[in-house]
Amino acid sequence: MNINKTDFESPHVELKNVTFSRGERVIYDDISMVFPKGKITAIMGPSGIGKTTLLRLIGGQLYPDSGDIIVSGQNIPKLSRKELYAVREKMSMLFQSGALFTEMNVFDNVAFPIREHTKLPEDIIRTMVLMKLEAVGLRGAYQLMPNELSGGMARRAALARSIALDPELIMYDEPFVGQDPISMGVLVRLIRNLNTSLNLTSIVVSHDVKEVMGIADYIYIIADKRVIGYGTKEQLLESDSPLVQQFLKGLADGPVPFHYPAPSISQDLMQG
Amino acid sequence: MISKKIELLVGLFVALGIAALMFLALSVASSGMSGSGETYNLYAKFDNIGGLKVRSSIKVGGVVVGRVEEIKLDTEDYAPVAKLAIDTKYNNFPDTSSLSILTSGLLGEQYLGLEPGFIDETVGILGEGDFIEDTKSALVLEELIGQFLFSQGSE
Amino acid sequence: MDWIQNLGKNTIERFSAIGRASFMLFGAIVAKPNFVKGFPLFTKQVYVIGVLSLVIILVSGLFIGMVLALQGYTVLVDYGAEDSLGQMVSLSLLRELGPVVTALLFAGRAGSALTAEIGLMKATEQLTSLEMMAVDPLRRVIAPRFWAGVFSMPILAMLFSSVGLLGGHLVGVEWLGVDQGSFWSIMQASVEFEGDILNGIIKSIVFAIVVTWIAIFRGYDAIPTSEGISQATTQTVVQSSLAVLGLDFVLTALMFGS
Repeated sequence: MNINKTDFESPHVELKNVTFSRGERVIYDDISMVFPKGKITAIMGPSGIGKTTLLRLIGGQLYPDSGDIIVSGQNIPKLSRKELYAVREKMSMLFQSGALFTEMNVFDNVAFPIREHTKLPEDIIRTMVLMKLEAVGLRGAYQLMPNELSGGMARRAALARSIALDPELIMYDEPFVGQDPISMGVLVRLIRNLNTSLNLTSIVVSHDVKEVMGIADYIYIIADKRVIGYGTKEQLLESDSPLVQQFLKGLADGPVPFHYPAPSISQDLMQG
Repeated sequence: MISKKIELLVGLFVALGIAALMFLALSVASSGMSGSGETYNLYAKFDNIGGLKVRSSIKVGGVVVGRVEEIKLDTEDYAPVAKLAIDTKYNNFPDTSSLSILTSGLLGEQYLGLEPGFIDETVGILGEGDFIEDTKSALVLEELIGQFLFSQGSE
Repeated sequence: MDWIQNLGKNTIERFSAIGRASFMLFGAIVAKPNFVKGFPLFTKQVYVIGVLSLVIILVSGLFIGMVLALQGYTVLVDYGAEDSLGQMVSLSLLRELGPVVTALLFAGRAGSALTAEIGLMKATEQLTSLEMMAVDPLRRVIAPRFWAGVFSMPILAMLFSSVGLLGGHLVGVEWLGVDQGSFWSIMQASVEFEGDILNGIIKSIVFAIVVTWIAIFRGYDAIPTSEGISQATTQTVVQSSLAVLGLDFVLTALMFGS
């Protein structure tokens, strides 16, 4: 499979020359990315390089130092609060922790965005919620409280909540972290199915190479403040960049060093 | 959605709050003169007001009918003048009424005792801005003791 | 020179915290309120903040009233002025102890809970998640809690004073044998609605605003780790207690000073 040109004519989300820094530390240096509509695009990279930050930039929770972030034709950093909230109603984000509201049960959690943004009668809300829960396989658990759910179930409930209003764009922040192989498999299948059945644009941030390779249409690999590799799974596997190869194969040392930058060990030990 | 029980308890809480306010307002505060009713002003000139203060009460036979609103010194004869605010309910004191500065209890506050005078055809009724002529000044303990010693000595 | 730099750094941090706190409060309360959606949230928070603090307020009020009466009696009886016990108990409660002790207890009971709750919501990404659902957490989470605190504390303070008076009556009249008639009549003669009761209520509204504001801001501004939240909770109690005592002096000077 090669890059399909038509995917890029009207991208859903596009980052143009974005620079972002936190205090003195530069996180992204002049980065540009494209997320085609209706496809699953994965962002991979070593931990600690600010992949979650990227999602927050797209969601308008953080502002870049410079550059444009275009979502559905609108430039996020330039929007007024009201316009930003209107754009956010069409996007949703699955957080690493699930971020279910602890004081409500699963049903009310899923119903929450519907109740906030629509004036639908309660029986229609009930139908909608139960359908979303059915899609993630948790219809039977609708009256449990979040603290009664296992980690995998909580993430699935949160997924049901994030698709409650049928968003056009969904961002997954590390959806596979800390999941056992079975719930990992369930989540992979759910993300794939949701994408095809709802024609969602999905952005998956992860560093689980195997799972991402299984579902993503396109993959970005980020390291050292910039994009080091981009393409379909096949293209990346054939890439001759040593960085990409190191990441995909999970080598401990390579262009991305094993050690956090430090003076030489002999120097450190002698000082003590 | 919140349960009926919470709504009920919150309702009860607010009702308790209102009850507490009523309790404090009605049975703890002085229910007679709160100072918010309609009043008219009288003036009285004393030789010495002793410990009388602004907001001291004015009583007729022990019942509060008003408060002292202002105390100032007359610049001509340097005698203190008290401005009194009397409840308009009590608006027919004759101009023969007398005013004395009294003390409630041995260590208590000083207040004004108003003694309504007799009424006949020649006597007018006190109205807004009138002066009460007949006033008795405060008893100052030191003067009292001085007088006592003086009279002892002269015997 | 280090300490001058430290002083500067601390000053800047203080002011920036005050600035952030003001922005938060502004964002929460200036927004157009939505009564249909906001009222149930407000009711829920009045329950959590106000109703659940009732027990500690009522019990403390009762005991403080009883202790006041007992202590006051032993002093007043030496001057033969034990009839003024009601006046003493009621004025101390209405002017000072009611608003102040309620605010201190409120900071410990409800304020710390507010900080911890909001801090945890932040740590578990619930606040971010609200924002991503296009729901403003300032309006959805902060505003109802703020208003509920401002609404509840004056009620709690009035209940505190009332129960304290009953406690004083219990000890003074029932136990120590102060004449019931003079207990109430001297009290009524000296307590004024505007001067004493209303000023006490104004005090407790001011304390309510300050304590609730500190509590929600500390939670909202907490470092989202378990250590950060525990620090924030401690700060809430310490800062709001100090603020209440300091403000009490200022308010007392303004109200009863001249």
